[in-house]
Order: sequence, then structure tokens, then C-alpha cells
Amino acid sequence: MKLIAETLSVMRGERMVVTQLTFSVDRGEALLLTGANGAGKTTVLRSLAGLLRPAGGLIRLEGGQPDRTAQEECHYVGHLNGLKAGLTVEENASFWCRYLGGASSDIELALATFGLAAAREVPVGYLSAGQRRRLALARLLLAERPIWLLDEPTVSLDRASQEILSKVVDRHLEAGGLVVAATHVPLGLARSRELRIGAAALAA
Amino acid sequence: MTPFRELLRRELAIAWKDGSSIGVTLGFYLIVITMLPLGLGPDLNLLARIAPGLLWVALLLSALLSLGRLFEGDLEDGSLEVLATGPLPLEAVAATKSLAHWLTTGVPLALLAPVLGLLLNLQPDAYVVLIATMLIGTPAISFIGSIGTALTLRTRRGGLLLALLMLPLFVPTLIFGISAISAALTNAEAYGPSLLILAAISLASVALAPIATGAALRLQLQ
Repeated sequence: MKLIAETLSVMRGERMVVTQLTFSVDRGEALLLTGANGAGKTTVLRSLAGLLRPAGGLIRLEGGQPDRTAQEECHYVGHLNGLKAGLTVEENASFWCRYLGGASSDIELALATFGLAAAREVPVGYLSAGQRRRLALARLLLAERPIWLLDEPTVSLDRASQEILSKVVDRHLEAGGLVVAATHVPLGLARSRELRIGAAALAA
Repeated sequence: MTPFRELLRRELAIAWKDGSSIGVTLGFYLIVITMLPLGLGPDLNLLARIAPGLLWVALLLSALLSLGRLFEGDLEDGSLEVLATGPLPLEAVAATKSLAHWLTTGVPLALLAPVLGLLLNLQPDAYVVLIATMLIGTPAISFIGSIGTALTLRTRRGGLLLALLMLPLFVPTLIFGISAISAALTNAEAYGPSLLILAAISLASVALAPIATGAALRLQLQ
């Protein structure tokens, strides 16, 4: 499977944020999007997730199931966690698991991996920012999807959790998944490539 | 069917745990109807004559109260983005959420209405038709209303704009809902046609409104 963006251009309002960006990510590969604030990292990720419609260019998936788009093959973990404060950790996890078509046996594993097994009966409203972030990231393990789109995944994570995240991402890459992540800090991945975006636009 | 069932179950669980939304809606309906006889005076004949209209208009306003928050939570906490990358198209997400809104708002309001009818001296003949029109008519409120909610999602003070946008679209539901009850009061057999048109409005809105709501949600995510 290969995710390809060709001469991708995305408008936000009246402004062209991403111009003529071309890149591809192969299976087993992690692409780290770096760049200054406002360079368009989130915009690129949202376009890949199918949330934004590009003003020009093409996003396509090679070697996947023919009837599925990149949007249906991806996990998108954005700035917002997508959790319901009134529901418990387990209720949130099991909803996303079943909604996204995962196996309920994975819930236990996903919560344990991110160190949330002890907090499963706690309503999400009582969790700290880092714990919520971990629960949002646990969604990656709740249903199997080959493409992971991570928007600054390490925000509010402590060092131990960051290490867990890089292990989880490494394992996903070894299993043939692909990752596109916007980040300001190194994720500590075994194999990753960096794509600096927005540099040209800022220099001009 | 699983994603649909899971989403519906989650919506109902959230509504149940955060009971304030249903409580405020029912409480508002109760208070408006309780205040009306105080304002209109103790003329029982007058109250009985205008009861169907009052019950329907107050129900519509109560439903609008909770309609404004239909997608707000999901937009604010990021669930909407994840739902958009999920197995259901946004049209189906919109339909599921509208259905959940009907189950948690429309149905309780329709069941409360006959109790409030007592306060307005509604004639006994009308109760069955009252419950029928409200159960048949309230899906239209939830589904048509979801369009306006999705359109005003990122607007500050969207609730007011929502009312301005959507109230005209609720007029047919209101007219046929009230006319069915009035018909039942004057001639027991005559409420059929109004009830059928009301059912047609509801069915059409259940089928068509999610398409518009889904498109509006897609715009809001841009």
C-alpha cells in the first residue's frame, strides 16, 4: 500500500496554505511533517483524512482494496481527542472500537498498552489532559487501519507515554502500516523521513 | 448495521447520563403550558378551543431548545472528525443523530402533551389524536431541524439564528398537526387526511433532510 499526494494545494479561506506539495509514503514508512506554526501541517493531514477538499492536486492510494478510499483506511488523531466527558474510559473505548469495526477483544489490550487499564471505570471528565490524550491514541489500536494520521500526537504526554507511543508506532510500521505525523519534537521512531513544509511560502 | 446501532446507543447513553437536556426540554414545556392559563384567564371554553394550537406551538419551541446542541458537542470534542472517517457517511451519521434526538426529545414531549392537555381543558375526544399527531409529527421537527443545526454549527448565538431559519419550515407540520386535532374535536372521523399529510411530511423529511444535513456537516469540517 502506498499513499501518494500529487501537487496538492489546499486553500484555507482566501489563502493558499499548501501549494503544489508532492510526496508519497510507502508501507512500513513514517513521514514526519515539520514546519513552523501555521505552515500547513494540520491542513495536509486533514486533507489526507478527507476532511478538507484540496483546491488542486490529487490524493490517492495505491495497492489498497479497490473500493476503499484513503479516508476509510485511516485513523485520524487530531488536536481534539474525540472523547465524551460523561462516559467512562471503557465506554468511550468500546464505542470507537465497535463503531470503527474493531474486535472487542482489542479494547483490553489497547487500554493496557496506554496504561489506562486501572482507569477504565473513570468518567473521561475526571481524567488529566495526558490521560485523555492517551485514550485518544488508544483508538489507533481499537480498530485495524493501515494509515495513521497523527497531528502532534505527543502534546501533553509525559516521557514514559511518549516512549509507549513510539513503540506502538514502530510496531505498526513493522506490520506494514504507514504513518504521517505532524510534530515539533522527534518521535523517536526507528525509521522515519522528514518533510519540511511551508518553508518556501515563508521565505517568499 | 453495527455502526448505526452503536452510534444510536452512544447518543442515547449520553442523553441518559446527561439528563439535563431532556429535563430542561420537558420542564420548559411544562412551564409554558402552566403559565398560559394564568395569562389567558379562567375561561374554560376559550382554553379548550385553543388548546391544540398551544400544545403544538409550545412543543415546537421546547424541541428547538435542545435541537441547537445536536452536533455542538461532537464538533467541540472532535468526535465529528472521527465520525467522518468512520464507516458511516455523514448523511447516515446525521440521520442517526436526528433519530436519537427524536427518541430523547420528541417522544417524551409527545407523551407529556396529554398530561398538559388536562391543564388546558382539552376535550377527552382529542387525546388519542393528540398523541398520534405528536408522535407522527415530531420526527419532522428533529430531522428538518438538524439541517438548521448543522448550518449554524459554527455561528455564535446560533440558537437564535436556528429558530429564524427553521421556524418557517415547521409551518406545515404545525398546521396539519393542529388541524388533525381540531378535526377530531368537531367530527370524530375527519382527522384522517390531516394525519396522513402529517405522516407524509415526516417521512419525506426523514428521507431527505439527512442529505442536506450531511452536506452542511461536511462544509463545517472544512
